[in-house]
Amino acid sequence: MTTTTTDLKRITIEPVTRVEGHGKVSLLLDRQNKVRQARFHIVEFRGFERFAQGRPYWEMPVLVQRLCGICPVSHHLAAAKAIDMLVGVDADKLTPTGEKMRRLMHYGQFYQSHALHFFHLASPDLLFGFDADPQVRNVLGVAAKFPDLAVQAVLMRRYGQEVILRTAGKKIHGTGAIPGGINKNLSIQERDELKKDAPKMLEWAVAGLELCKKFTREHLSDLADFGSFPSNHLSIVRKDGALDLYDGNLRAIDSEGKKIFDQVAPKDYLSVIREEVRPWSYMKFPFIKDLGPEKGWYRVGPLARLNTCDFIDTPVAEKERQEFKALTQGKPNNITMAYHWARLIELVHAIEKIQLLLDDPDLQGTNLVAKGTFRGEGVGIVEAPRGTLFHHYKADKNDQITMANLIVSTTNNNEPMNAAVRKVAEQFFDGREVTEGLLNRIEVAIRAYDPCLSCATHAMGQMPLIVEALDEAGTVVSRAVKG
Amino acid sequence: MSDFTFTIDGVEVPANKGQTILEAADAAGIYIPRLCWARDLAPGGHCRVCTVLVNGRPQSACTHPAGPKMVVEHDTPEIRAWRKNVVEMLFVEGNHYCMFCEKSGNCELQAMGYRLGITTPKYPYMFPQRAVDATHPDVMVDHNRCIACGRCVRASRDLDGKNVFQFVQRGHHVRVAVNAEGGLGRTNLSAADKAAQLCPVGAILVKRVGYAVPVGRRLYDVKPIGSDIEAKRAATPSGK
Repeated sequence: MTTTTTDLKRITIEPVTRVEGHGKVSLLLDRQNKVRQARFHIVEFRGFERFAQGRPYWEMPVLVQRLCGICPVSHHLAAAKAIDMLVGVDADKLTPTGEKMRRLMHYGQFYQSHALHFFHLASPDLLFGFDADPQVRNVLGVAAKFPDLAVQAVLMRRYGQEVILRTAGKKIHGTGAIPGGINKNLSIQERDELKKDAPKMLEWAVAGLELCKKFTREHLSDLADFGSFPSNHLSIVRKDGALDLYDGNLRAIDSEGKKIFDQVAPKDYLSVIREEVRPWSYMKFPFIKDLGPEKGWYRVGPLARLNTCDFIDTPVAEKERQEFKALTQGKPNNITMAYHWARLIELVHAIEKIQLLLDDPDLQGTNLVAKGTFRGEGVGIVEAPRGTLFHHYKADKNDQITMANLIVSTTNNNEPMNAAVRKVAEQFFDGREVTEGLLNRIEVAIRAYDPCLSCATHAMGQMPLIVEALDEAGTVVSRAVKG
Repeated sequence: MSDFTFTIDGVEVPANKGQTILEAADAAGIYIPRLCWARDLAPGGHCRVCTVLVNGRPQSACTHPAGPKMVVEHDTPEIRAWRKNVVEMLFVEGNHYCMFCEKSGNCELQAMGYRLGITTPKYPYMFPQRAVDATHPDVMVDHNRCIACGRCVRASRDLDGKNVFQFVQRGHHVRVAVNAEGGLGRTNLSAADKAAQLCPVGAILVKRVGYAVPVGRRLYDVKPIGSDIEAKRAATPSGK
């Protein structure tokens, strides 16, 4: 429906599909029907930070992972790392078995989550085109037209989940990581079961990457500017600058690659990161403290990680990283749709890491847990599939949590997702009504970052998208709903 | 040699004088579901999950003595429905979040829910406001998960000789309290006490144990509750 009033108009897109959680986009129009402002609202609230309070600290890794059904392992491990610190076990004090089992769990998570994100949620847009019929442009459409690819996607996801099962005890919401370590090692039988299919998984990951590269290169003239904008980038990196998804220190760079800060220890994250609350969204807006909320927002996730790291320590992924960097002559890549390319390089990296770990006899070690002296406060940061994930807890002398602060990947990408939506709206809104084409493109841009809005505010259920156009007086002049 | 026999669902069960129906059934490999009963503790008759019909009248099997020629009905559709209702009421009356409870897999209430086929309770959740008492250095009480079975009360009184726990209030308001102002930390409870060990749910927990036992290796991960007792019956030559 479109109603025209004087002055500004507002358009909303609601709901967004193939994304978890509920989203709404509103476009505020000026008198010339140009988009003056685009906002991506997250309209639900769950409040894990509040109901963690009063619970015993050792519950956190299992409690908070219930935020998410796609990447619970990330929350499980971020919380476990924070609780390690809280009980006085620094990251370098974990036993080799403890750390490597957690890493294996994490890479298994990356493998299944990236496969899900790309093949199940994003590939329909790439394989059928942004304007294809939504009845076809979905995972079932992929299964019908590209059955081999669809089967591979399912088996890749299953493989990642099998890794998680053997390290966390369950495919979803396991209990493997405990304060100071892990509660099981990997038996020889479990190792051999996982080793059997690993070469095939690497082959399929590389094939998926080739598909994504081919698509991106063929459509580069359109994609380079699609929802793209220069931004800062943030991730953790290893001490030597390598990509490290499980542990490291914070690094942020600007859109030209200049370091804003580097090797900031997780416990000091508040010295560089702040969060802003805005009244129109339940999701907070983090920013780099020294740059302020206007200029300090940043991207996280696969694209940011490939921009911040100096190299990747596995051969196939490193070769691919170099090719990826060549696209932008070594400068940071600020193309929103390049997220998928970067994601698939990480998919390759994850399975390479899994293979290396499966050959490591430390996984059969029996020294699982390190002990420390209670500190009462801890910060854990991991790179989740969608980006940097911060968990920060304080506990009192009774072992009860008194404070929990979670900055999840999607929250870190809040402003970039808003920027992407604004850019797409400016490019594709015809000034009159919210068309199917606009709706699709906004979804494609959001999906490049994240299929998970649920964990950011921490909502449950499917994610529909609503787009509304509103005039200056706040009257809805056009509205489209999907989902 | 047994002193006498009686029947449970038509099966002849040997018993000795002084044995309860539940004890005789256990010995015969017939599992009568129970939550407040625990080995070494005097029976309490609190939870009523072990309710059976004795000569047509409802009785708790854990407290009722077995008698010669007694006719006991146990595994009938009517009694199964009663038990299911009782356990469902226990679930909705507290705050039982199995998904992050560290007792999950070792919890008798959860295991009973699975055994009785409770997928979701039909009664509305009451979501009571209950406290967590973590003042003790080694043990904590999460009243959200307490089912008022009284095992801790009996264990502390009869086995530990400390009387740390006691029931307060009446009816469905009945709760377990400790014998010191200022909480559990002011009592003489020790983590090694039976009272700290016998809780069937995640209400009384020895601290910092958490999820040390992985999923898949917990008590009820592989075999349902009561299967150890039923295995005795299956092992007899007749299978009865």
